[in-house]
Amino acid sequence: MAPIIEVTGLSKTYRVFRKKDGLKGAVQGLFKREYKMVEAVGDVSFTIEPGEFVAFLGPNGAGKTTTLKMLSGLIYPSRGDARVLGFTPWERKDAFRRQFSLVMGQKNQLWWDLPAADSFELHKEIYGIPERQFRETLEELTSLLGVADLTRQAVRELSLGERMKMELIAALLHRPKVLLLDEPTIGLDVVAQVAIQKCLRDYHTRHNVTVLLTSHYMRDIEALCRRVLVITHGKLVYDGELAGIRDTFGQEKILRIEFPAEEPPPDLSPYGQVHGVDGPTVDLRVDRPRVAETLSAVLARYTIVDVSVQDPPLEQLITKVFEQGKATV
Amino acid sequence: MSYVAEPPRFDLEEPAPAPAPGGDLVPGSLWRKYYRVWRVSLAERMTYRGDFLLGTFLRFLPMITTILLWQAIYEGSGQSSLAGFTYNEMIAYLLLVHISRMFSSMPGLAAGIAREIRDGTLKKYLIQPLDLLGYLIAYRAAHKMTYIVTAAIPYGIIFFLCRGFFDTLPSGPVFLAYLVSLILAFLIGFYFEAAVGMVGFWFLEVTSVLYIVMTLNYFISGQMLPLDLLPPFWVGVLKALPFQYMAYFPAVVFLGKVQGPDLVWGLGIEAFWALFFAVLARVLYARGLKRYGAYGG
Repeated sequence: MAPIIEVTGLSKTYRVFRKKDGLKGAVQGLFKREYKMVEAVGDVSFTIEPGEFVAFLGPNGAGKTTTLKMLSGLIYPSRGDARVLGFTPWERKDAFRRQFSLVMGQKNQLWWDLPAADSFELHKEIYGIPERQFRETLEELTSLLGVADLTRQAVRELSLGERMKMELIAALLHRPKVLLLDEPTIGLDVVAQVAIQKCLRDYHTRHNVTVLLTSHYMRDIEALCRRVLVITHGKLVYDGELAGIRDTFGQEKILRIEFPAEEPPPDLSPYGQVHGVDGPTVDLRVDRPRVAETLSAVLARYTIVDVSVQDPPLEQLITKVFEQGKATV
Repeated sequence: MSYVAEPPRFDLEEPAPAPAPGGDLVPGSLWRKYYRVWRVSLAERMTYRGDFLLGTFLRFLPMITTILLWQAIYEGSGQSSLAGFTYNEMIAYLLLVHISRMFSSMPGLAAGIAREIRDGTLKKYLIQPLDLLGYLIAYRAAHKMTYIVTAAIPYGIIFFLCRGFFDTLPSGPVFLAYLVSLILAFLIGFYFEAAVGMVGFWFLEVTSVLYIVMTLNYFISGQMLPLDLLPPFWVGVLKALPFQYMAYFPAVVFLGKVQGPDLVWGLGIEAFWALFFAVLARVLYARGLKRYGAYGG
């Protein structure tokens, strides 16, 4: 099957007005402006097959949102090309716009003073959804999210979590083939986060929609996505399975050693980076090739109660990947 | 068959396939889309009507001072007619520009467009198969309609109280022309303000521009006084500009001051300006979007 999203060498450079300090600078700025070129996205390429659920991972300002904006046709790239559903997004053809949805966390597309049901009716007309399909989709989504009894209530009276659920329903009503989600669970409590995750997962299995999601919450990503694209400073640094991040970037293991004494020996730093101390238990961060060597050295010198070798938590790994990106750019 | 009564059936296969791209637009559904915008807007407007009645009455409070002022001016001048306006016609004119403005004023339209550009809510018109100007005009039409219907009572009372200032009422054809001039005034007002709002694509801050344009409009559209009172040169200039159609022109049509071929010609020019601003707003929007796509978003 042909890929549903195809991105080749996509780049976006912004021109930013460089402001000078003080009054003198402000006056100078009126006559002669100095601009600085900022590359938000640089030469990003990837393809996504129909039905994939892919996470876009990266620190703030890495270029995730800029990429999503290009894929939804809001902005044009400076270089490179993208095809979504066979269309060039920034041509904004209605035929394309009827087949995808972009949800940006907390950005409201519902009418504030009216019940969500009125906004849904409006979407029905905007997208030309047949009555029968509209009823069925609406019923399916409201029960998936457990908000069937809230659609007649003015949107302004809903909680943030309920509003986000309504936004999601509005975005899915026309059964988009491609769903772009930018931080869909931002600012939500864990219960609402899990509800939205569950809805996305169920909806995805049922309708085989293609989803590209950005999120800061590793929970979202671990729950939903098998494939991850990691972007830092506008560059794609990883494209593969979530678990594979460990093999690519996880150069370290955690040695968890329990000592018999109440307090562990103080001079463990020659063996590895002391990562955490909890009573008699110490976490040592050790490079992977040196695990066996370190372990025997520690065993030779100290008596220990228990030892285990672990992978560092994924979240820490990701943070490290982000930092590496910073160092190389 | 009712879908509501049935329990959700998730185990079944997806029923109807998604509509083929571009193939689901039956004729007339384009109108339905904007008709729906209009209806939803109508519902939205109905949520705020408490403060409305009082606001309308307060709007006419300055009329009392205006009436007294013009009384003094006419008595002081010792003439029964100034620039072709009798005292009664003058007061009737000043009441009638309120009706003109009821159609042509677009509170918050330009500022709203500029704000949507700035804070990014504009996105929804770019992502959805929806046209910003089509959407906004349907929305405004709904606002105007609720406003006019709700305002009918206070306006009716005020015009009834002031009925003594209306010496004659327009004939059927003239009244029809008056209605046409009001609808065109709505279109000019809408597209003019929309075009001003598009400036937001180029400048982040538009409030000062808006303030200047709106203040100027107050004078040159003839809201403050009939344009005929100005020196002949300025009368010529202002009558050549489109702004008079937002207040002056409909009022003098009602008063029967423009008749016959002049009336037809005047309506023709008014229609031209409506078209002019519609095209201008479209062009600015298209250019603005190009710029938005390159820099902002």
